[in-house]
Amino acid sequence: MDRSIEILELLASNCRLTVEQMAGMLDMPVEEVGRTIAALEAKKVILGYRAMVNWEKVGKERVLAFIEIKVQPQRDVGFQAVAERIYRYPEVKTLYLMSGAFDLAALVEGRTMQDVANFVATKLAPIEGVMSTTTHFVMQTYKEEGVVLDEYQKDRRLVVSP
Amino acid sequence: MSWEAYLNPIVRAVPPSGIRRFFDLASEMEGVISLGVGEPDFVTPWHIREAGIYALEKGYTMYTANSGLPRLRQEVAAYVAGQFGVAYDPDGEILITVGVSEALDLALRAIVAPGDEVIVPEPCYVSYMPCVLLAGGTPVPLPTTVENGFRLTPEQLEQAITPRTKALVLCYPNNPTGAIMPRDALLAIAEVVKANDLIVIADEIYGQLTYEGEHTCFAALPGMRERTIVLQGFSKAFAMTGWRIGYACGNPDFIGAMTKIHQYTMLCAPIGAQLAAIEALRNGLQEMRNMVRQYNYRRRLVIDAFKTMGLPCFRPGGAFYAFPQIDLTGLSSEEFTELLLREEKVAVVPGNAFGASGEGFVRCSYAASVENLTEALKRMANFVRRHRRIRCQREAGAVENL
Repeated sequence: MDRSIEILELLASNCRLTVEQMAGMLDMPVEEVGRTIAALEAKKVILGYRAMVNWEKVGKERVLAFIEIKVQPQRDVGFQAVAERIYRYPEVKTLYLMSGAFDLAALVEGRTMQDVANFVATKLAPIEGVMSTTTHFVMQTYKEEGVVLDEYQKDRRLVVSP
Repeated sequence: MSWEAYLNPIVRAVPPSGIRRFFDLASEMEGVISLGVGEPDFVTPWHIREAGIYALEKGYTMYTANSGLPRLRQEVAAYVAGQFGVAYDPDGEILITVGVSEALDLALRAIVAPGDEVIVPEPCYVSYMPCVLLAGGTPVPLPTTVENGFRLTPEQLEQAITPRTKALVLCYPNNPTGAIMPRDALLAIAEVVKANDLIVIADEIYGQLTYEGEHTCFAALPGMRERTIVLQGFSKAFAMTGWRIGYACGNPDFIGAMTKIHQYTMLCAPIGAQLAAIEALRNGLQEMRNMVRQYNYRRRLVIDAFKTMGLPCFRPGGAFYAFPQIDLTGLSSEEFTELLLREEKVAVVPGNAFGASGEGFVRCSYAASVENLTEALKRMANFVRRHRRIRCQREAGAVENL
């Protein structure tokens, strides 16, 4: 396997692995791992490093909505121009172009439901080219980015076994 | 009154497992990081667990045929042929057992007559010697050395053979050393086996966990299929230890005899585990490979850490164990284990639990998360540094006293 893909997979699963640890795990010189990561960062293959947080546990007010957006595509640029106008808003956490019954899917975050409703009514829906929106509020997050939120996997194995 | 005198003298003579004491010690302590565990840290992949649940929901709660569900035997045959290149007839050459542990016991009981000698390379898994004894045989331990990469050499084997030698137990990739035997090394063993008309019990439970080169199934070597009983299972590769499900492959006479004992003593392996095992073989290979890759990362991490802390460690090519040499601390493997547990709260297993030739080593399982491994290795490095210093001071003191 391509070594940089291996490095990326390790970082994607845990970005706090040190260069030394990764060098050990991949049987590569420390300098080479460091160089590869620097190059991947420079090329914007690695876009950032951050923590996965269960905000509910610290009682932070936060509402997530999944919004289906129908868009009138435009000559030459298709969905791109409208998509750009949507994703520039910091409220939009994620934006996908979809196949099927609607065109864009946005994950929008706000402090309250009112915030999100306001955002949709005053910012998102009026964008030129946006034909309609359907807002679905998230009731509970069970799993995000492959991580189950409320699962603490205790090691249940015997301490010592043959 | 003690009823010991009533016990079967063979049972009485079998020593209790050397691991027990450390288990008791480690279990009482808080905050212990254990590298003493001989099983995967992954739980069984969900699709396999789900198959087990579905089996229960559908009411699969009955006995199966003694030799196991025909569908599972067919899957095993296809899997063994595909992965290891040996063809077995699902009817008569494959027996589904309650883990490889049962398969090992059955194989020995089927083969060994009173007084027969069984050669067992050491250090090795703790069950071989007791099982040979309980089968009425005489185990003949054959120490392998770190210099030979813990491999059995043909010369060694030849020297150990007597007119009473019946069988050889081979376990590669090896628990506790992580040693593997490549094809050419096994071919040399196969020649001795053939020349001396031995039977080989090949415990290949760690076969899929091979990181350097490809695993060679002993039965895949020329002329070895008919005189080898291959033991394989789901515990390690598919993270299914608690399901207790394994299998044996061999010629119809051996498997028939084993099935006879199994039929009278065990009846059959649990049906839920058998159905889950079918799912494992049908759809579990991708996830298995992923787990193998994770073990490999950790293996290298551990080797690297031992190198950095100056603890000589043989490079393990398989299983999920490293077997570093600890004699430079001046401690025996039991002292090392006990002090490491008390002073640094890291549990490992003393090498002598796996036979006398394991003295001077400890077994570290890297079936643990990278976080835990890193922390445990840091603590071990502190421990090793401290005890090397203590040893130096002691020796310097001894010189002054002269």
